[in-house]
Amino acid sequence: MSSHDQGVYEEDLAPGDEHSQVLAGVRGYAVGLILATGLTATSFWVAATHSLWGPGVPIGLCVLAIAQMGIHLAFFLHITTGPDNTNNVLALAFGVLIVFLVVAGSLWIMANMNANMMPMPMNQMTNLQMQHG
Amino acid sequence: MSDAVTRADHHPHHDPHKLGRAHGGGHGHHGPDTKHTIGAGEHGPASKRIIVGYGFWIFLLSDIIMFSAIFATYAVLHGATAGGPTSAQLFDLSNVAIETGCLLISSFICGLAMIAAHERHMLWTQIGLVFTGLFGLAFLVLELREFADMIAHGAGPQRSAFLSSFFTLVGCHGLHVTVGLLWLGTMMAQVWAKGFTQPIQRRLLCFSLFWHALDIIWVALFTIVYLLGAGQ
Repeated sequence: MSSHDQGVYEEDLAPGDEHSQVLAGVRGYAVGLILATGLTATSFWVAATHSLWGPGVPIGLCVLAIAQMGIHLAFFLHITTGPDNTNNVLALAFGVLIVFLVVAGSLWIMANMNANMMPMPMNQMTNLQMQHG
Repeated sequence: MSDAVTRADHHPHHDPHKLGRAHGGGHGHHGPDTKHTIGAGEHGPASKRIIVGYGFWIFLLSDIIMFSAIFATYAVLHGATAGGPTSAQLFDLSNVAIETGCLLISSFICGLAMIAAHERHMLWTQIGLVFTGLFGLAFLVLELREFADMIAHGAGPQRSAFLSSFFTLVGCHGLHVTVGLLWLGTMMAQVWAKGFTQPIQRRLLCFSLFWHALDIIWVALFTIVYLLGAGQ
């Protein structure tokens, strides 16, 4: 940003430097779009095909989703590991912790409650059905 | 001798985490040549753009935490179909794939519009924002068509706990997209009327963060709701 304000066109460039901030920015978003599209396409292919080992599909889909979220964070939201991003990364880490606690805790508690439910007659079960229907 | 000078002698970039930021202006006794080695402490508190962006980032994270509660509700109630249609019978993955493509392209163009705004190029900024909105609108239309189709086939939110949680979760994301579109229209008018002033640039930064964060939520949504749901 600061080098642009000084006018990059009047300065010499080191090898590997971008000619302009615009090109570098467009390239960043394009790389992000290509990676995200690739991961999305892989996810949909994994879900649609039957050639993969069934029990591994949900885990594979979760891994692909987490990878794509990382791509979005890095290339679109520009959350990096650099020293100028420490505050943002710390806030993100705390958010991820809370999200994990809420989701995993809910699933754990509700699965336990389901397992400990008293057996009840079928006509009541249809109203309170928590099992896979 | 003060601590800052000792460290500055050993490490030219001794304060990468900008811990000295709070001591703004407190090192007045240094000569001009040591000034650049002190770090951000010389400049005082962070700029308003960084503070606004950080505050909005905190809001987005709290929004994501709210979504996590709705995701947990959906995951718990996924099997509670009460004899009604299950997720495997309802979902049309090709429609979801097109929706995902719309959101991805919308996010990409939003990024391009932000580059144009940084360059203070009015025409390209407005063109970028228009296409960001059009792809967002296409996503919304596809989603509403899917909802209308499900409700017409008797799979509305009142049919079962599973469908209630489905409409809450997907509808909440759709509501965010709707709000984002309204915000987008407002930003286009503001950029047009006021130009690229500092407040406008900060609002554009917040809008782009919001728009990209919706994509992250959609990634979790299409994986957990649609892809995992269609396979069961």
